[in-house]
Amino acid sequence: MNKKDLGLLILILVVGAIVAIINPRFLLPINLANTSNLIGLFGILSIGQAFVIITGGIELSVGSVVALLGTLFIDFIAVRGMGWPIAFVLILVLGAVIGLAHGWLITRLKLQPFVVTLCGLLIYRGVARFYTADGTAGFAFGQNFPDLEFLTAGRSWGVPNSFFALIVIAIVMWVVLHRSVFGRYLYAIGKNEEAAKYSGIRTGRVVMAAYVICGVLTALSAIYFAMYTRSISPASHGQFYELYAIAAAVLGGFSLRGGEGSLIGVILGTVLLQELQNLVNLLGIPSSLNFAVMGGVILIGVLVDQQWGVFRARRRMVDAARKGAVGAAAE
Amino acid sequence: MNYSDTSIAATTPFLSLENVRKTYPGVVALDGFSMEVRPGEVIGLVGENGAGKSTLMKILGGVTTPDTGTITVDGAARKGLTVEASLGSGIAFVHQELNLFDNLDVAANIFFGREPLRAGPLRLVDRSKLREMVAPLLKRVGANFSADTQVADLSLAQQQMVEIAKALSIKARLVILDEPTSSLPIAETDKLLDVIKALKADGISVIFISHRLHEIERVADRVVVLRDGMLAGTLGKRDVNHDQMVKLMIGRMLKEREKASEAARAPGAVALSAKAVRTPTYPGRPVDLDVQHGEILGLAGLVGSGRTELARVFFGIDSCLGGTLELDGRPLALASAADAVAHGIFLVPEDRKLTGILLDLSIAQNISLPNLPAHAKRSLVSASAETATAETQKKNLGIKAPSVQTRTGTLSGGNQQKVVLGKWLAMNPKVMILDEPTRGIDIGAKAEIYGLMRALADAGVAVLMISSDMEEVIGVSDRIAVMHEGQISGILDKDQFSQENVLLLAVGKPAN
Repeated sequence: MNKKDLGLLILILVVGAIVAIINPRFLLPINLANTSNLIGLFGILSIGQAFVIITGGIELSVGSVVALLGTLFIDFIAVRGMGWPIAFVLILVLGAVIGLAHGWLITRLKLQPFVVTLCGLLIYRGVARFYTADGTAGFAFGQNFPDLEFLTAGRSWGVPNSFFALIVIAIVMWVVLHRSVFGRYLYAIGKNEEAAKYSGIRTGRVVMAAYVICGVLTALSAIYFAMYTRSISPASHGQFYELYAIAAAVLGGFSLRGGEGSLIGVILGTVLLQELQNLVNLLGIPSSLNFAVMGGVILIGVLVDQQWGVFRARRRMVDAARKGAVGAAAE
Repeated sequence: MNYSDTSIAATTPFLSLENVRKTYPGVVALDGFSMEVRPGEVIGLVGENGAGKSTLMKILGGVTTPDTGTITVDGAARKGLTVEASLGSGIAFVHQELNLFDNLDVAANIFFGREPLRAGPLRLVDRSKLREMVAPLLKRVGANFSADTQVADLSLAQQQMVEIAKALSIKARLVILDEPTSSLPIAETDKLLDVIKALKADGISVIFISHRLHEIERVADRVVVLRDGMLAGTLGKRDVNHDQMVKLMIGRMLKEREKASEAARAPGAVALSAKAVRTPTYPGRPVDLDVQHGEILGLAGLVGSGRTELARVFFGIDSCLGGTLELDGRPLALASAADAVAHGIFLVPEDRKLTGILLDLSIAQNISLPNLPAHAKRSLVSASAETATAETQKKNLGIKAPSVQTRTGTLSGGNQQKVVLGKWLAMNPKVMILDEPTRGIDIGAKAEIYGLMRALADAGVAVLMISSDMEEVIGVSDRIAVMHEGQISGILDKDQFSQENVLLLAVGKPAN
């Protein structure tokens, strides 16, 4: 864990302590379980986003993908009677296909990620609304899928299984991002795509893979969100979720220029965002202010981080100069 | 001081520095340094990297103030300059990395922030007046382009002319050129040297900083040599010669550049062969070129003659629009740089910071990057394998850095270039392409890089060296291929080597 992540963790704990003092209900098991469920759902989404951001790209369509794939998933199992494991895999494949399409447009046809995924945002939302004829996708009365519900919305030892899912995914993705060859390529491309290409890396494939990973994780979270809400009105389901994911990554130390950020950072970013949501609810702040609180905190966080970086750079220079003095004296 | 030109000696100096000392915490950057610059005098300033040239420039530009000593500009003595004082007294800089807006035209760049305005509340730019003001400036620098050309469409030398015109527009009395020719081809360099002479004729002083000593020989009235922050010596016009400068710069005589055995080298087997290859830049001009195992093939030519573009095709960055490539007699299809790397064809690119290395990664991470799977177990990177490879390269190449975990961005140009070389040497090069491998690198590191190229060739690697530095091309190559407007205009064997022949071929005329 680097210093940035540690700072974020401390911030989370301090905010948590303050909220707990003002409103002890913060620490009630039911509240913690609900919050950790949301952390699980948004965490999976944010990890996907992080993989794209690390390459210097952005994925704006995830909210609409959550709506479209969630709608399809419920439709497949509730209306079309498809076995849920098949539907589950099919949705993940669809997520991969969406990621592949975005990656292909970006790397092969050289379109800008912002433009491609902005169009995706509009297209998938529109398709989802059309698919349900602007209605709501949901389960019929009494219809249930015990195994699926246990895995997605259930709890083990009082902890939501979605949170466990996040932990497993986070561990795997941590290894991928921070220890694997592919992860190193991602960082190299994010830092300087040209230089990476001149080092013989197939940068197009790597970037495409990042969008596919994002697509698959988004699809997975779409299933979780669908099983959490159990009914989806595609006009509003998942709206602004891309911004939650981007915000979590930025809070977690990712640079939108690419090449910077850690997996622990994006998880902590998600935790902080959900803590703030919870804070708004628990402290009786009008929920209409929800976004304003989040925006304010992210702005302050990024500002403090940036100023801290300037301060540290200055201190490093002074240190280096001092070391130089010692070295020169020794010679 | 030994002035050859007595008319200059008679005048009072425009600028003089006396006993200037500047220390940074722990480092004495300049110590007891004195020099003077007289109106109309061209001073060559040379010194290895780290000798104190940059500090001197910062003091003259008013970016930093010396600890002790006096600076006298135009008769007024001061402790130090501010940026405003420097500009106000007519000191202008033309940096190696140009500060032009390439999306604006020439006129807009020259008078940026000082545009003549039309009357009225809208404060619109008076374009016709602007053009009138720019025209004489362009004429003075001998520009062959018009004021409304986009800077992006100009060659590097032309862009430098724009910078100099900008300097003239603020009525500069001293123009400081920092490594202006390091990225210029021969013909363009001549133009720039002519501009320097024109400035001198107008009574404007010039400080000309360059690693290319023969250019200094050609224009300087006096040469000031810096070494370790101190004045190593001053050479008057008659004493300015290559060996003297080098001697002062490094404090000893370099042994005569090792002349590779003059006897013709037995031709090796052809490694990389291009047959009627067409590059995207010159699709109508097929190129035939063979690079042999065990040779250094110099690729000379003017900038824009298609050398870098050819290298990009050989390295799989650009696609080959026609013709065929062969490696060791077998057809070679390259869809990407990754394909070239897989075949042992490596490129040390021209633009080190943009394409050669990743400045934010460590030495070890840069060196392992092209061959990362070999430094990994089950596709997880092994830090120890990576460090071991990097340590070997660091030792063999003499990369000066605290450790292999050091960020490459903090290294000097020469050491960065060695990292680029190291990442390829750690693999098994078959064909090594080096595009301007010694640009912006000090003399000591240059010699090491020449030695490395020779060692590679001796080990049977086919080395293709693109260079605009005439001394380098002639001194290092076994054969020289010269390009002109996208085509090979001729290939010279060792007994035909001469500056004249290279130049003739570069401008498309037959060699003697």
